Amino acid sequence: MFDIKKHTKADSVDQAIALLQENPDARLIAGGTDVLIKLRDGKPGFSELVDIHGLEELKVIRKDKENNILIGSGATFMDIIQSDIIKDNLPMLCEAASSVGGPQIRNVATIGGNVCNGVTSADSASSLFALNAILEIRGKSLPRQIPVSKFYLGPGKVGLKKGEILTAFRITPENYAEYFGHYYKYAMRDAMDIATIGCAVSLKTKNHILTDFRIAFGVAGPVPLRCPETESAMKNKNICKTLLDEISQTIETDVNPRTSWRASREFRMNLIKELSQRATKEALTRAGEEV
Amino acid sequence: MAVGKSVNRIDAVAKVTGRAEYTEDLYKPDMLVARYFRSSIAHGRVKSINCEKAKSLKGVEAVFTFEDVPKNKFATAGHPFSLDPGHQDVADRLLLTRDIRFMGDEIAIVVAQDEIIAHNALKLIDIAYEAYKPLILPEDIVEKDAVQIHKGSSNIVGEHQYSIGGDVDEAFKNSDYVVEGKFETTMVQHCHIENHISYAYMDDLDRIVIVSSTQIPHIARRIVGEALNIPLSRVRVIKPFIGGGFGNKQDVILEPMVAFLTLKLEGRAVQINLTREEGMIGTRARHPFYIKVKTGIMKDGTMKARDMDAVSITGGYASHGHSIAAAGGSKQSSLYPRMANRFHARTLYANIPAAGAMRAYGSPQIIYALECATEDAARKINMDPVEFRLKNIARQGDMNLLSGNEILSCGLAECLLKGKEFINWDKKKKEYENYKTGPIRKGLGVACLSYASGTYPVCVEIAGTRISLNQDGTVHVMVGATEIGQGSDTVVAQMAAQTLGLPYEHVRVVQAQDTDVTPFDTGAYASRQAYVVSNAVFRAATQLKEKILDHAGLMTGEECSQLNIVDGRIVNTNTNELVLDMKTLAMDSFYHKERGGQLTADVSHKTTTNAPVFGCTFVDITVDIPLCKIKINKIINVHDSGVIINPVQAGGQVHGGVFMGIGAALSEELLIDPETGYIYNNNLLDYKFPTFTDLPRIHHDFVETFEPTSGYGNKSLGEPPVISPPPAIRNALLDATGVSINSLPISPHKLFTAFTKAGLMDSKAGTMAVKAGFRDSKGGANV
Repeated sequence: MFDIKKHTKADSVDQAIALLQENPDARLIAGGTDVLIKLRDGKPGFSELVDIHGLEELKVIRKDKENNILIGSGATFMDIIQSDIIKDNLPMLCEAASSVGGPQIRNVATIGGNVCNGVTSADSASSLFALNAILEIRGKSLPRQIPVSKFYLGPGKVGLKKGEILTAFRITPENYAEYFGHYYKYAMRDAMDIATIGCAVSLKTKNHILTDFRIAFGVAGPVPLRCPETESAMKNKNICKTLLDEISQTIETDVNPRTSWRASREFRMNLIKELSQRATKEALTRAGEEV
Repeated sequence: MAVGKSVNRIDAVAKVTGRAEYTEDLYKPDMLVARYFRSSIAHGRVKSINCEKAKSLKGVEAVFTFEDVPKNKFATAGHPFSLDPGHQDVADRLLLTRDIRFMGDEIAIVVAQDEIIAHNALKLIDIAYEAYKPLILPEDIVEKDAVQIHKGSSNIVGEHQYSIGGDVDEAFKNSDYVVEGKFETTMVQHCHIENHISYAYMDDLDRIVIVSSTQIPHIARRIVGEALNIPLSRVRVIKPFIGGGFGNKQDVILEPMVAFLTLKLEGRAVQINLTREEGMIGTRARHPFYIKVKTGIMKDGTMKARDMDAVSITGGYASHGHSIAAAGGSKQSSLYPRMANRFHARTLYANIPAAGAMRAYGSPQIIYALECATEDAARKINMDPVEFRLKNIARQGDMNLLSGNEILSCGLAECLLKGKEFINWDKKKKEYENYKTGPIRKGLGVACLSYASGTYPVCVEIAGTRISLNQDGTVHVMVGATEIGQGSDTVVAQMAAQTLGLPYEHVRVVQAQDTDVTPFDTGAYASRQAYVVSNAVFRAATQLKEKILDHAGLMTGEECSQLNIVDGRIVNTNTNELVLDMKTLAMDSFYHKERGGQLTADVSHKTTTNAPVFGCTFVDITVDIPLCKIKINKIINVHDSGVIINPVQAGGQVHGGVFMGIGAALSEELLIDPETGYIYNNNLLDYKFPTFTDLPRIHHDFVETFEPTSGYGNKSLGEPPVISPPPAIRNALLDATGVSINSLPISPHKLFTAFTKAGLMDSKAGTMAVKAGFRDSKGGANV
């Protein structure tokens, strides 16, 4: 049983925004895989819900005229896994979506909820960081856009104002075309688990030169993060045997994992170094490079 | 012939169609729900408690505290009653407690109209504690000035020792080598699918009816009587379908409380339905063990002497207490009987959740240490671990000096040879020589097991069977053996069909049990049921068959000795021709005005034997050193469990056991803060029970011996499969990396520490300066 005081189903995004205005204490619920857990735990602040589950306008996955890829915030992980647009253009995001929970969770949990929940371990987040995803947000006033890297404010805190809804993620062609990527999730189990460390790599090569290199982590800090020092150090390097070693040498300066009862900082750091190499190697292999 | 065939489970259709009714499916109008108010500290005493605000919340019917419950302490372990007072279980529980013995101890209980109201009422209870230092580690628990968790106990629940097979010290002196090791196992959980749930109501002014998910309906009935100080006959326990128990329901946990509540509330139905989070701290778990092993060996591989010292931690309450260490310790002598064996064990209280019965009851702990130590001994003399075991293991005809019984059936050597062949031991051993350096390493491991087929002579072994011929010529069987998902009703039907000469489909086993009508049996535990019930079923079926043939003789005038039942038809044994069909006979026995009657047989049988079973695990692993992960490439369990009654069901038991064993080996542990007794992971996200994706394909095989003491040649199989995978995996890790990890589980965290210590990891890991500003905090990042 859930202690829900008020539950209103919205028929459209506009209506959901209006409902949020009318009920300032209300929270959005989509797949419910995070919200219902909080309700079950009796956490305060979730007893009034505006339900956007299943809204068709939030589920669209498409390419627009400018070749931007748009992913509705209400797309479930299963929608993402089964989308040809994602499979063909953003296979890394497919991998991330496939690593979430188990089949039942992936059938209902949404990518928007995963990001708005604000936790560093969100499997889709590091890939979205590596893809420079833009978040489209609607509220009472004009729609606005914000890069995913600016959206995370702290553990469990995201840049969504009262009455606003994250409607879509936009990935522009200059952030995915000719890129190859890989998401590597390390967890204690192969399913139904949260990442001990998640690592997303997206890169571009030309003539055996690493022309662009992006690496993002989940659980390597309080929020998902990119590794600017490593990225700039690797950019335009020759692809050779020592490349992977070099990545793991600089990566420590970019991250800040913590010790918790779930894993020690030292163990996480070890994983960060190892996964940075393995994810890069896989992405390079996909790009047709040999290392 | 029904025995030996993989007939469909008798309850398969009910279960797959969702029609099987479990306790939660059953319902009483206006049923109230009760929820415990649990302690937030691990050790201390309640200074004051105020429930007035909770009581005045709308929808709350009652709140009871430790002040309101009967003051007689009772024992909760689901053992048969012992006539010997020295063997009775430790009575150390009250329904609610003022003295807090683990985090989550039960102080008060709220009864409300629904669970949300109950949950909200819990938040309105004001409590003040006097806190003591939690006693978690053995050295702290037995310290001279340590607070006594139960007054007068000195924190010791039990202690015993044995020494058999000659002078152990002398045998060590005469050994070429003595190998020593220290081993630890951790507290793990049963994780049965159906949580603990019970409800109770009164169907008149006097009698309490309890519907409960229990493995032991008849024992539960007795213990409820003891807890509430009421005659046993006032209590009726009904057992519907059960969603697993693994020993956690071989304990009386909720039944006395729901009975107490319905008594207090004028017979209204009250239900307690534990959440998973509550169940993982407030029911029972596996005892953690600290074990020292010494093994004396000769250069030729003969084991001469073994000495084991075990400390078992029972947690805040005794529950099954020292029985676990005693049962576990007895396996040392049955697995390796031809040597001097000494064993000592002590069971301690601690401020952690209460441990009780869990699949294989002490043997996973003891045999883990035993089989790690055996591996170390083999390695000491550079002997192949399979050869080493073949030289020393139990053989048919050996005397088990502890029980004083001859081992009448033993196929362990054949199990080892089958497993060795399956895993391709010799070839892989050679191949894996090339994988002993670098980041990816490979290895093979083996471990043996021994277990019993019941609890005799420690406890009584009693089984009841009643078989009645129906008017249509089929039979109904009632047994006290308790079906909890393990498939016992199916094998009971197979046994009855076999002896009666009926098709399996003509035998129906009454599923739901009710202590008012179900024959007496002590329930599902100790892997006893198929073994102990076998003789009861055999005797009852034989008696009924005689009555049927007698009646056939009356009807036809033929000599009964010339008649038999074959495939549900009465035939002449000489001509094999049909004499009567069963329905005709049954109708005559019921409705003939002068002869016959309802043909039934009712047998209560005491088993005074206990057949040892044997088996082994072979495992092939790959170790990813930088990621600190073990991948199982191949695993097989081979068992000698006597005659296999139902191969598919038996295979299912093995697979489930191996699954549990892999979890215990690699990932499962209840994380308890050693300073505060706080439990971090009482949920299935953070308690790393494996998922299907974490498991390899599991293989199994059997060596079918014939056990002469059993009705159908069968021995136990329910628990044994869980025992040997953890030591086999530990031994494979040692083979692959040269690193011994002598504590369970072999988690990535532990591998990281061990590999770092062994110099296998990149030495630069973890040396970076710490950036400021990322602190752990409640409500912070969920990682």
